[in-house]
Amino acid sequence: MDLNFSKEDESFRAEIAAWMADNLTGRFAELRGRGGPGDEHSFHDLRHAWEKHMAASGWTCVGWPKDHGGRGLPIEQQVLFFEEYARAGGPGRVGHIGEGLAGPTISAFGTEAQKKRFLPPIVAGEELWCQGYSEPNAGSDLANVHTKAHLEKGEWIIDGQKTWTSLAQHADWCFVLSRTEAGSKLHSGLSYLLVPMKQPGVTVRPILQMTGTSEFNEVFFDGARTSEENIVGKPGEGWSVAMGTLAFERGISTLGQQMNFRNELDAITDIARQNGRDRDPMIRRRLVDAWIGLKVMRANALRMLSKPAAAELPREAYIYKISWATWHRDLGKLAMDVLGPDAEIGEGAPYDLTALQRLFLFVRADTIYAGTNQIQRNIIAERALGMPKEPRGQ
Amino acid sequence: MRFAFTDEQKMIREAVRGFLAERATAGARAKGIAQLQGFDAALWREMAVDMGWAGLIIPEAHGGLGLGVVELAALMEELGAALIPSPFESTVCLAVQLLLVSGDEKAQAEYFPRIAAGNLTATVAVTEPGGEWNPALIKSQYVRSGSEIRLSAVKYYVPFGDSADVVFVAARKQGTQGATGLSLFAVPCDLPGLIRRALVTMDQTRRQAAITCNDLILPAASMIGEEGRGDIMLAELTRRASTTLAAFQVGAAQRCLDMSVDYTKGRVQFGRSVGSFQTVKHKAADMMIGVESARSIVYYAAALADSHSDEFPEAVAAAKVTCSETYFKVAADAIQLHGGIGLTWEYDLHHYFKNARATEVFLGIPDAHRDVIADHLQLSR
Repeated sequence: MDLNFSKEDESFRAEIAAWMADNLTGRFAELRGRGGPGDEHSFHDLRHAWEKHMAASGWTCVGWPKDHGGRGLPIEQQVLFFEEYARAGGPGRVGHIGEGLAGPTISAFGTEAQKKRFLPPIVAGEELWCQGYSEPNAGSDLANVHTKAHLEKGEWIIDGQKTWTSLAQHADWCFVLSRTEAGSKLHSGLSYLLVPMKQPGVTVRPILQMTGTSEFNEVFFDGARTSEENIVGKPGEGWSVAMGTLAFERGISTLGQQMNFRNELDAITDIARQNGRDRDPMIRRRLVDAWIGLKVMRANALRMLSKPAAAELPREAYIYKISWATWHRDLGKLAMDVLGPDAEIGEGAPYDLTALQRLFLFVRADTIYAGTNQIQRNIIAERALGMPKEPRGQ
Repeated sequence: MRFAFTDEQKMIREAVRGFLAERATAGARAKGIAQLQGFDAALWREMAVDMGWAGLIIPEAHGGLGLGVVELAALMEELGAALIPSPFESTVCLAVQLLLVSGDEKAQAEYFPRIAAGNLTATVAVTEPGGEWNPALIKSQYVRSGSEIRLSAVKYYVPFGDSADVVFVAARKQGTQGATGLSLFAVPCDLPGLIRRALVTMDQTRRQAAITCNDLILPAASMIGEEGRGDIMLAELTRRASTTLAAFQVGAAQRCLDMSVDYTKGRVQFGRSVGSFQTVKHKAADMMIGVESARSIVYYAAALADSHSDEFPEAVAAAKVTCSETYFKVAADAIQLHGGIGLTWEYDLHHYFKNARATEVFLGIPDAHRDVIADHLQLSR
């Protein structure tokens, strides 16, 4: 066991830290710490400019192989990249769905022509992506997808509705899980289509959340079209491609996320020291337990990332989503309790909330999206512990 | 950066696991508990000598294997799963570790070869009636006169103190208080004037003793390490021993989880496996989340211990809090998932439940470890 990074890795860390210090300045300075979860509506255009600025220096898609336009960084350096990016207050990335989900899926399952068409604009920060999985009746039960598509004169015609779609109002493309075999059920008969967003058949309607802002959208497909070749995998293979995408969601960026968590916890701890609430033994204990929880998650993530990729998921990988979601949700309440009566007072009219208020409200989503805590427990019990599967209703 | 066991470490663990699977059965546990000294001396000899565990962290020059906290933690994790009574923790994790921390080469040369050869068991006596693991509260005291030391001590809750061949006693120089003036003394247990008795412990796998002496005369050479630096030695000993005890707790908690999954899968009620009910599955999932979290932080702390990192004190505090509280919760949940049979004397679980409580307290209750982190965060006390 060796928790130290090599000299080479440490000099890479210094390189990215220096680049962030030199570049998150000028017109980009106001982006520091902005655009993360609960704040994704903020500064979109400037953040898109920042994405292209990063791309120009080769700081997008750092974990992608070189022949796909990435840097081909080893895991350690990817970890350092995300950690230093977050430490410097790097803003929420508008390209993260393309870089983290669409791109890796196309790399793994797409044709050469698709790689050539779609990967370079993701690397360049030119084209933005959104994810078309969830539907009003397909949330936790994702296999219940009803959006339909059929071929007509060399094009897929798509009809249906997706929901909880982040960035849909800005995205150029959406990967849409749709039913291409009429009458098929559950995991069979689904296909993974790449659909342009800027067309008459696509309507995006923002969902106004309890924060008073809109990160999520409903997306309506009403005779929307995409070329016949814009399918990843064969018709009917959509489920296994989609599960592949979800697997990419796991992992490396988690340490960057934890650095953001640490920034939040540090801010809350500072407030407690200043307003004296740390003298309350219960608050003190909760601050300490939050610190412990974060330390535990870091150790767990390092343990997970140190394992070579294997067919069988290690046990520590099963617990990481529910662990961070629950920790972060509890941090939101702790922030309010540390602030006391001040927690009620917003930033300005008509309904501008403070960062900690947005945190408190938005973290309620953490234990719901990307697999609710309840689904996570089912997965842990059934796949990691080998307990009997839930029966399926008709 | 490679946060994983090496092949050599995996081999050590496999050897430990194989031995314990064969020898550390429930019958062997019962046999050990029934012995006068609270463990099976023949089995201990196999562990200490044949398997070489007594010398695991003793330097090779003194007849040991010269391994570190990571390997010791891996071994303790397996011992926790087996929950077999032995003087391993008191001798190796406490006494050997104290001698290593003390840097006292003379004492090391005197004791290490005998411990490594399985000819000597040892323990460390810190706590006194009241029980708090806080050296500043030590009342036992000594006076030096010429080449003699006169020791008056009342020690309580001393692990395997009734059978140890030598006990390392923490005492303060007469007239000092708080964290200053503390030193450690090697006291052979066959000295007349050293009175000790076994206590009846709720957890029968962890024997404890009361040890007293009044004006016991010792040679000056029995002082371990530098005079007056007992607080520093005990602080580092506490950190290292907490790391390995936390690993023990993880192994034990894992066993409680495994037993619960096996039992609920096999038990049929309402015409279906009890383990197919979601309320049972989710409890088991929460147990696994706790156990894997605990395992991650204890490996992390162990790796930091061996690399002498500045981050070690807070990491081990986090590990001891997490592992103690997880073990207790998992052992309690295991009884719940087993239903009535979990309450019986014949079934193994009660040993784990009792052990969870005993190990939670030993080396400092969770809130004492939280204070370490509160101070690190500069929170008001």
